[in-house]
Amino acid sequence: MKKFAKYSFPILFFLFIGLSYLFDFASGEQIGDNFWLFFKEMILFLPLMFILIGLFDVWIQREKIEKHIGKDSGWKGTLLVILMAMLQAGPLYGAFPFAYLLWKKGCSIRNIFIYLGAYSTIKVPMLTFEIGFLGLKFSLLRTLITLPLFILIGFAMEKYLKGKKFEVKQPKN
Amino acid sequence: MLELTIIVCILLVASFLADKKKTIKGVTLGLIMFVKLLPALISMLALVSVLFFTIPNETLISLIGKDSGINGWLIAALLGSVSLIPGFIAFPLCNILIGKGVAYSTVAVFITTLMMVGAITLPVEAKFFGWRVSIIRNTLSFIAAIVVGVLMMFFL
Repeated sequence: MKKFAKYSFPILFFLFIGLSYLFDFASGEQIGDNFWLFFKEMILFLPLMFILIGLFDVWIQREKIEKHIGKDSGWKGTLLVILMAMLQAGPLYGAFPFAYLLWKKGCSIRNIFIYLGAYSTIKVPMLTFEIGFLGLKFSLLRTLITLPLFILIGFAMEKYLKGKKFEVKQPKN
Repeated sequence: MLELTIIVCILLVASFLADKKKTIKGVTLGLIMFVKLLPALISMLALVSVLFFTIPNETLISLIGKDSGINGWLIAALLGSVSLIPGFIAFPLCNILIGKGVAYSTVAVFITTLMMVGAITLPVEAKFFGWRVSIIRNTLSFIAAIVVGVLMMFFL
C-alpha cells in the first residue's frame, strides 16, 4: 500500500498523458511533450554520469580523496574541489550522487557543499553558454560574486554540522 | 553532451583494459544507484512538466519584468527557486528579459536561484542529505542569490 502511494503520482500522470494523446486533449499533449523534453535530457545524461561515478568508486582510493579534499586539506582542497566541479556538466540533481561518493571517500563537509555550489553555478560548459547569451562581463561578474558566497555557505554548513551526526546517504528506492 | 560521451567511453575502455572485474563492478554499482534514484527523478520531472505548462515562459517573463528593486529580486528569486529550467532554455529566456528592459541584477538573482535553489528537486536532495540539511542549504543559497543581485546592481 505504501509502495502504491509512492508511485501513485507518476502512475496517474502517465495515465493522464496516455489518455490525452488518445483523445487529442491538447493541454495534456503539451504536458506530455514537456515531460519528454526533460526526460530526454536526463536519460541521455545521467547513466553516463553514474557510470563515471561507479568507475570513480572502484578506482580512486579513499586515502587519496581524504588527503586532498578531506578535513585537513585547507584552501588547496577547496580549490581542487571547485576545479573538479567546474569541469562537470548537467543539472543540480546530477551532483547529489557525486557528492555522496565524495563523502563516502572522505571528502570534508565543507568541501562537499562548496562542490555543490561550484557545480551549480560556475560549470564551464554552462558558463560558455551564459557568455554567449548574456555577455562576458555579466558572466564574469556573476562568477566572481557567487564564488565567495558558496565558499561561505560551505564554511557555514561545516560549522552547523560539526558534532552532529551528519552523513550523506545513498538513496534507497 | 558529446564530449561527456567520448570521455566516458575512453575511460570505460581504459578501465576495462586495466582491470575487467573492477570495471564491471564499478559500472554495476553506478547503474544500480541510477535505477534506485529513477522513480524519484521521474516523479520530479512529471511535476516539472505540469508546472512548465501552467506557468509558460511568457508568464514568467511578465512576472519578472513587473517590479524592480527589492520586490523585483524577491519575485525573481521565488520564481527561480520553484522552476527547474535546463540551461538551453534558461539563458535564451534571460536574454529576452534583458531585451525587455529587466535589470541585470534581477536576471542575476533569477539565474542564481535557478541554479542553486531547487524546491522541486528538494525530495531528491533530501534522499541524500536529509530534509533538514537540504532545506538549510537551499535557504542559504536563496539568501546568497539576493546578495548576488545587490552586488550586481552596484557593478553593472
